[in-house]
Amino acid sequence: MRKLLVTVLFLLCVVGTNARDSVAVRTSSIDSMQYLSTVVVYGVKPYDEVIPAQVLSGKVLEGLNSHSVADAIRYFSGAQIKDYGGVGGLKTVDVRSMGSNHLGVFYDGIQLGNAQNGQVDLGKFSLDNIEQISLYNGQKSDVFQSARDFGSAGAIYLRTKRPKFQDGKPYNLNFTMRTGSFGLANPSLRWEQKLSSHVSMAFNSEFTFATGQYHFRYRRLFSDGTLAWDTTAVRHNGDLHALRVEGGLFGVMSEGSWYWKAYYYDSKRGIPGAVVNNVWKTAQRQWDRNFFTQGSFRRRVGDRYETMFNAKYARDYLRYLNPDTTLMYVDNRFWQDELYVSSANKYTLLNDWDVDLSVDYKWNYLNSTLDNFVYPTRHTLLAAVATAYTWHRIKMQASGLFTLVNDRHQSRSNGVTLKHHSSYMRRFMPAVFVSYQPWLQHDLNFRAFYKRIFRMPTFNDLYYTDIGNIRLKPEYATQYNVGFKYQRFFTHGLVNGVKLSADAYYNVITDKIIAVPRGSGQYRWMMMNIGKAKIRGIDASATLALRLPGQVLIDLNASYTYQRAQDYTTPADRGYGGTYKGQIAYIPWHSGSAIVHAAWRDWGLNYSFIYVGERYHTSANIPVNHEEPWYTHDLSANYTWHVGKVKLKLALEVNNLLNQYYDVIVNYPMPGRNYKMTLKFDI
Amino acid sequence: MKRPLLQIALLVLMAATVVACRDEQVILLPEIENVSQPEYTSVRGFYLLNEANMASNKASLDYYNYASGRYSRNVYERFNPGVVMKLGDVGNDIAIYGNRLYAVINCSNKVEVMDKNSVARIGQIDIPNCRYIQFHKGYAYVTSYAGPVDLDLSKQQIGYVAKVDTATMQVVDRCLVGYQPDGLAIVNDRLYVANSGGYNPNNYENTISVLDLNTFTEVARVPIAINLQYCLADRRGILWISSRGDYYHHASGIYAYDTRKQRLLGHIDCQTGNVWMDGDSLYVVGKGYSKITEDYGESSYIIINTLTMQVVNQRFITDGTDQAIAIPYGVAVNPITKDIYVTDAKNYITPGRLYCFGQDGVKKWDVLTGDIPAHFVFLGENLNDN
Repeated sequence: MRKLLVTVLFLLCVVGTNARDSVAVRTSSIDSMQYLSTVVVYGVKPYDEVIPAQVLSGKVLEGLNSHSVADAIRYFSGAQIKDYGGVGGLKTVDVRSMGSNHLGVFYDGIQLGNAQNGQVDLGKFSLDNIEQISLYNGQKSDVFQSARDFGSAGAIYLRTKRPKFQDGKPYNLNFTMRTGSFGLANPSLRWEQKLSSHVSMAFNSEFTFATGQYHFRYRRLFSDGTLAWDTTAVRHNGDLHALRVEGGLFGVMSEGSWYWKAYYYDSKRGIPGAVVNNVWKTAQRQWDRNFFTQGSFRRRVGDRYETMFNAKYARDYLRYLNPDTTLMYVDNRFWQDELYVSSANKYTLLNDWDVDLSVDYKWNYLNSTLDNFVYPTRHTLLAAVATAYTWHRIKMQASGLFTLVNDRHQSRSNGVTLKHHSSYMRRFMPAVFVSYQPWLQHDLNFRAFYKRIFRMPTFNDLYYTDIGNIRLKPEYATQYNVGFKYQRFFTHGLVNGVKLSADAYYNVITDKIIAVPRGSGQYRWMMMNIGKAKIRGIDASATLALRLPGQVLIDLNASYTYQRAQDYTTPADRGYGGTYKGQIAYIPWHSGSAIVHAAWRDWGLNYSFIYVGERYHTSANIPVNHEEPWYTHDLSANYTWHVGKVKLKLALEVNNLLNQYYDVIVNYPMPGRNYKMTLKFDI
Repeated sequence: MKRPLLQIALLVLMAATVVACRDEQVILLPEIENVSQPEYTSVRGFYLLNEANMASNKASLDYYNYASGRYSRNVYERFNPGVVMKLGDVGNDIAIYGNRLYAVINCSNKVEVMDKNSVARIGQIDIPNCRYIQFHKGYAYVTSYAGPVDLDLSKQQIGYVAKVDTATMQVVDRCLVGYQPDGLAIVNDRLYVANSGGYNPNNYENTISVLDLNTFTEVARVPIAINLQYCLADRRGILWISSRGDYYHHASGIYAYDTRKQRLLGHIDCQTGNVWMDGDSLYVVGKGYSKITEDYGESSYIIINTLTMQVVNQRFITDGTDQAIAIPYGVAVNPITKDIYVTDAKNYITPGRLYCFGQDGVKKWDVLTGDIPAHFVFLGENLNDN
């Protein structure tokens, strides 16, 4: 275990989101606690978040049999993944049933945007370069952050691996090869180089190839248990070729730090489509090219003032092709640009009173080969004021976010611009976070928050051919949350640490943007602000770290979620088969997860379990729409050894151990039992 | 020393397995509701085909039995429990010919052939992207969007009509027509096909194709209006063709075309979601939508007299029930009692509703259906001449 507890020197730890990150390390899983004594944090007094995040990091994250970020997020309480199955399948996250458009996803402190459809496909983000994933309800309850950090109803922060050097070694070289089911070949390379005492470099590249083929099985029984039908087939057109290249420079200076990085992702994939009667194969293809470059600079000036500047440019290309000649031929291409700058400024009025002013500007543009495309442009100006005050053992934070959006588009006909349109929208949205620690000697915190926020209609919502509706207004989410967190660490005995937390919440979604019928003609859908939902839920999680005799260390994590997410859209649609007050599509009442990570000398063993209870695939909660629960058991073992100066690690995984065939989304079958092998070289 | 790890892992695994439970999915029995008093005529019942949303694979068949007054939802699955993946994806048309019931399942690329009394599956006719069906002298004629692809840049698919031998359930011939052909009608050995061009809104089709059934070749194209959908023949050989319009400047409407004089007789502007011919009455329901005003039009519930070519009833629902109907989607009329059936597709993704009205336009009963209830066929004596 001593080898695992290597002296980790965060020489360049104070980067970008550093102060918060170091807090996150401290408040993250107990696993991380084991590192804490040797972590050196440069920089400023970290302001503790009023409500800490759920965090996966370190060995626990590494031990999960996850390929993508989406797979890992399943272990957070309150999070539901929409997973269309397979290596290349779309995976989006919905937190507390508010819809994936309300969730902000931040990559090294800067939000990943998608002005076209608002969805970030977390299946595209590999865990290869991620060292920590944090989930915040409401927002990260810190004041020193960009205005965009205040701008969503929930947030996931992905932190990429930072260069860390030990024993005076100026470089790290790491090569990983993963292979297994679905014809997976996944080599990756990581190179970290210390350029000077203040600057270091990291480069990371990964290639993913998969045929994406797997067996799936559907069957039906008669109510007396005899077999009605049973069919096993191969999932086709799920192939994936993806290249990711990522590199950056990381620097520290006196009283500050900076980073700059670039990211490129290039993929082509099949879209397997729904499995329906008489159709077992589809031909749709998708190409993605995502590029962004972003940087962050932060510095403390004097004792009381601290400033941060962030900037980003992103360009995304998407091509969708339906070459199936029995269906409508489609070959659409889209190009998106985003430019973003942000300035955050924190001033410490008193030792326990901080104020912040953050101003962001964002520009989005969408181009497409669609007929009579309207070329939408969006200018967004965000200004946040926030204050944090600590009074004895009460921490308080209040923030207000002012948003000004200017949307522009052209109306076009037969390739000619008829008219330019421009519209403005202004909103001010508040949030309040409070926590209270009743006893100084006990790490027990009660907490509460209120937040009201909206999401803008996406370009697709507004302008997509035949579906878009330019009259859409923002969709609102109002959240109320109360909860507690308790943690305790022990220096002696079997128990190393214990952590418990639970929250109860009530969310109301109004003016929800949903697809509704537009008459009985052939263009069935249009987007309208008519949805309404109320969600009452409980999130609970527990962590236990054990130190058993014989150098066995065990981490246990468990989470549970209860949600009553009701559709209030159509009051007239009551009674049997009606949707009013029905549980919203795909939201289970009960769901949960468990992770057991055990380490003994050079061996590691990981077991994880996901449970998603019964659901309905529409809010008409009747038997024809019922979906059975599903649950998967994943198991992995790893062994680390040295050959000369090279550290090798071999990991074997079995996923879905009991070979359960299930759908997350109806008619999109998920894989049964599957295997993966990983071999890592650290030079 | 490795034992503690394994023991713990096994313990947790066992605990988790015990906690979680999952039932096997079972064949659902039809949900049966008593909705009305028994009624004894030569019309024994009707089937209602629920389209269901694309990719849901939830096309389903409901049955109403007049003798018992009972409505049964989802009868196909119950009487064909061995059919893998049920009835299929998007039910687009239904018809009875001889002793067989035919359901055109658009996105499952097939016509399902069943016994008309037992609903037991007899077989299927594979036709990609199939739309509507008609019968003539032992053959079924099915429109399909999935013809050969134009070699020009638009890569449009030309539609065709498949000729199917109902005895062997095999496609024996194909005849190319216009783009995206929908409804079809047969008058005197001639087949008339409504071409929609629905895949290309910048350039809708505006013709019907005329096919000679003896040679099975296209002999003419007759301009009617853009974006055609349904095509019904009355007893005088006049075609009643619905145009969906373009949702901009071309309104939707019903066009009358005389096949003997070969000329257009006139048209009536109205919302044309679905149509039903009963004797000399053409029933039309629909809910329009304008892309200019981005608003719904008035829903249509009209009756056209095919002899006078006049709207004889502007609103055949008289008791205000139309206010509760979100999307009028299907319509049918009992040939004996003349009761009118109208379906509500609601939001297209949850169960719809079927309403029964008397000739006075007053609701008799209503019942929950499958998703997007749309297409009717009556079961009884001497009704199968389509």
